[in-house]
Formats: sequence, structure tokens, C-alpha cells
Amino acid sequence: MVTNEFPPPVRAALSVALLPLQPLLGRIVTRIAARYPEILERLGPHQSTRFVIEPTDLPFALLLRPEPGDLLLRAYPRGEPLACDARISGRFMQLLRLIDCDEDGDAMFFSRDLVISGDTEAVVTLRNALDDVDGSVATSIAAMFGPPGRAALAGLRRFGGWSHRETREMP
Amino acid sequence: MNRPELVCPAGTPAALRTAVDAGADAVYCGFQNATNARNFPGLNFTMPEMERSVAYAHAHGTKVLLAVNTFPPAGKFPLWREAIDAGNQLGVDAFIVADIGVAEYVVTTCPERRLHLSVQAAASSPEAIRYYCREFGVRRVVLPRILTIPEIRAMGQEIPCEMETFIFGNHGLMVEGRCSLTNYVTGLSTNMDGVCSPASQVRYEPDARGGLESRLGAFTIDCFARTEKAGYPTICKGRYLADCRTGPYYAFEEPISLNLSMLLPDLIRSGVHAFKIEGRQRSRAYVKSVVSAFRTSVDAILAGSEPQLDDLVALTEGRKQTEGAFKSKAWR
Repeated sequence: MVTNEFPPPVRAALSVALLPLQPLLGRIVTRIAARYPEILERLGPHQSTRFVIEPTDLPFALLLRPEPGDLLLRAYPRGEPLACDARISGRFMQLLRLIDCDEDGDAMFFSRDLVISGDTEAVVTLRNALDDVDGSVATSIAAMFGPPGRAALAGLRRFGGWSHRETREMP
Repeated sequence: MNRPELVCPAGTPAALRTAVDAGADAVYCGFQNATNARNFPGLNFTMPEMERSVAYAHAHGTKVLLAVNTFPPAGKFPLWREAIDAGNQLGVDAFIVADIGVAEYVVTTCPERRLHLSVQAAASSPEAIRYYCREFGVRRVVLPRILTIPEIRAMGQEIPCEMETFIFGNHGLMVEGRCSLTNYVTGLSTNMDGVCSPASQVRYEPDARGGLESRLGAFTIDCFARTEKAGYPTICKGRYLADCRTGPYYAFEEPISLNLSMLLPDLIRSGVHAFKIEGRQRSRAYVKSVVSAFRTSVDAILAGSEPQLDDLVALTEGRKQTEGAFKSKAWR
């Protein structure tokens, strides 16, 4: 696992730089929870779990608490000591493929592209909940930002070499 | 040449729709409780989800096989009875069972439903299979992964029901339905609670050098170096230190997956009626890739052309695959 930590002054600067991102993240988690209530249902007892999602090739990590009524998604500089129950680490593009339902989490684990620690049950539950959506969470997030968002996701998919395949919705 | 049914896994409604869309002839799935052998957190179907999923599958000409394939402990039978009653009410096409009490309940309450004998019953001899056929009217047996293709062909001559074989996925050769390794370590039963290596008792500890320690309960069951591929955190696939060996070794089995892509023609000629893909705990991406690949292969074989076999090794456990005992009893 790559965990290059930044010295405190750099972390402080990064915290400031991440400020504009925080309201966007708040909107994203609220919108996704509203769009896919089944995710929260499947999470069951793990709605109050604090997940750290750590793209190892980016300078920040995300803290997610999918608790209805008290949703939290916030970015922190990597290396910030965060109290969490479970941690999920991997390269950004791999994590994106996961929430785009294009990659199998078990296969990523076998290949060591995905590292998890902490509460394994919570991570497995989150993985299963995110997999049981129509379309993909990545598509829905991109759609929040209109044509530029969709174009950005399409570009990332092209760059990563995958094309999203929609599932049909339940009749 | 018979046309084998492609039986595909679904751990969620979205995975079921993916399997149907990818060409599954039948999908197997279970309820969110101990009545099925993949009772994992966040997985499986509620009653309303199952109702909508059965409707979706049937609208596309795909069968739904309900896995009620664990063994009810004494005093807890009502949960299994409820699962059968629910499946019957929803119109599933068959029940996959392992326990004779559950089989008897199906025969008594809904004799018109097909009964399939789960691999969890570990019925590997003609005598055992004939017993289930005679007593409960079993229409299909899911064969344990310990038989060679000639043995399967010979089996087909001696039993009065259809045969289903695994063709891809988990390759666990402990006596299925009898393995108690998880019980010793976690106190939970694979066969009665439906969960092997419960995630609540699994811990992964990454180290600063990129290594990974895999723990179940109080025991370390493997340590992977930075460049090593990993496997599931099951006792049977762990590496252990023992006085009889130098260094850690796989005392039972290795992390590896079954892949019978190359043996499909032989299996079809041997009279196998259905091919099963393992992996209800896997993602939609896995279901899509594996079901599509085998749909294409089976159709090509039946059309008399060379099958186009996708490389599925990226989806295998430990990134290793085997034809196991199907190819030879000397596979290890």
C-alpha cells in the first residue's frame, strides 16, 4: 500500500485547497443517497460505519459515513489521522472502475490492486450495496454536473480502457 | 448433442438482471438469511426483490432456481419452511436443497416444483443419488467437484436424473456440506449458518512493506508478500507453519479457481444437462464477463464451430485456474 504522508505544513495547505471540494462532496453523497435508497437499505447496521476511501495516487482521502439524516463525505489530506472503522485503498482509476460497476472487487483484491483493512464486514456490505444499483454510481455523479461531467467521465473511461454497460432497470 | 442449460449466479437483483441479459438459461439465488449457502452481508434478496426478479427472469425466458441449500439446526426449521413457502408462492422454477427434511417439505407442500440436489448434499455415488431420486423425486443433482469426466459419463448411465456440473469459480474440495473448518475457528457453521469465513471475523492487516496478513478469528491464515496474489480468507486455502515442513505451506488447498472452458465439449458429450457458474458473492462485472464468455462458448460448440474462449484468469482466485479432478484425479 502506498501511503506517502505529507508533512504538517503541506497538509495544512492541502486542507485549505480542499475547501472548495467539500460542499460538492456533500451534494454528491446527498444526491446518491436520494437516488439509490436501496444502497442505504443494504448497508443495514453499517450505515453508521466510518469508511476511509483512499486513492493512493492522489493527495487526499475521503471519509464516508452513509448514515441517513447525517450523511458525511469529506476530503482530507492524505496522512491526516482519521478515526475510521474501515479503510479501502487503491489507485484512483481502479476505485472509479469499482463504482462504475466495471470491475470485480474480489478480482481486484486477489491481484492486490485493492487493499482493505478494519471492519471487513462493513467493506463487504458496502461493496455489495454499491453493486446492486441500476446504472452506476459513477454515472449518476457525473450526471450531476451536466454535459461537462458526463464528458469528463467518458474521458476517464476512455483513458482507463473500459466502457460502461448499463443494466436494465427492474420493470 | 444435448443443449446444456447455463446456470448462473446472482447475489443481488442487479446481478440477476445482468445474468439474464448476458444469456443465462437459469439463475440461482437465495434469501437474506441462513437458508442459503452464501449468507453474506449485503447480499441476497428480500421477498419483494425476489418477486420482481422472478418476474424479470420469466419475462426474458430465464428460469429462477432458489437455493435453500443449508441444513436447518434443530428447532429452527420454520425459517427454511418460510423460504420454501415464499419460493413456491413466487413461482420459482426449482428448489436447490441439501437437507432431507427440507426436501421432504418441498415434496409434501409443492410436489409440482422441481427439486435439485445441491452440491452441499455431497452425493457423489450412484447409490446416494438414486436414494434422493427415489425418496424425494429429485430431478437434478449438482455433482461434487471430485469426479473425472469418464466418471461423470458412467454416473449418467446409473442415475435416473439430470446432472449439473460446475464449470467456473470457486474450487473447494473439502467434502461439501460436511466441512466444519470454519466452525472450529469462528463458531459459525458454513452448512447451517450459510457462511464460510464470516466477514465479521476476517481482518486484513497491511504492513509498511506492502505485505498483507489475513486473519480469521484469532488465527493468521496467510501472509502475502507485496507481489503475491491473494485468495479468499478461508481456512482450507491458508498457509500454515507446521513441524513437518520448512516454512509456510498450503496444508489443504491453494487459492485457485476452477475453469473448464477447454473441457466443455467433453462435458456435453458426457451427457451433462447443466453447467453451473459459481459466484453469488461476486459482482455484476464478474457475472457479465463470465456468463457472456460461457454463453458464447456453449453456443459455438453446439453450432459445431470452435469456441471463442475469453481469458478469464483475471477473475480467478489467486489469479490461478485449474481443471481439477475433471481432467485427472492426479491434478494436485
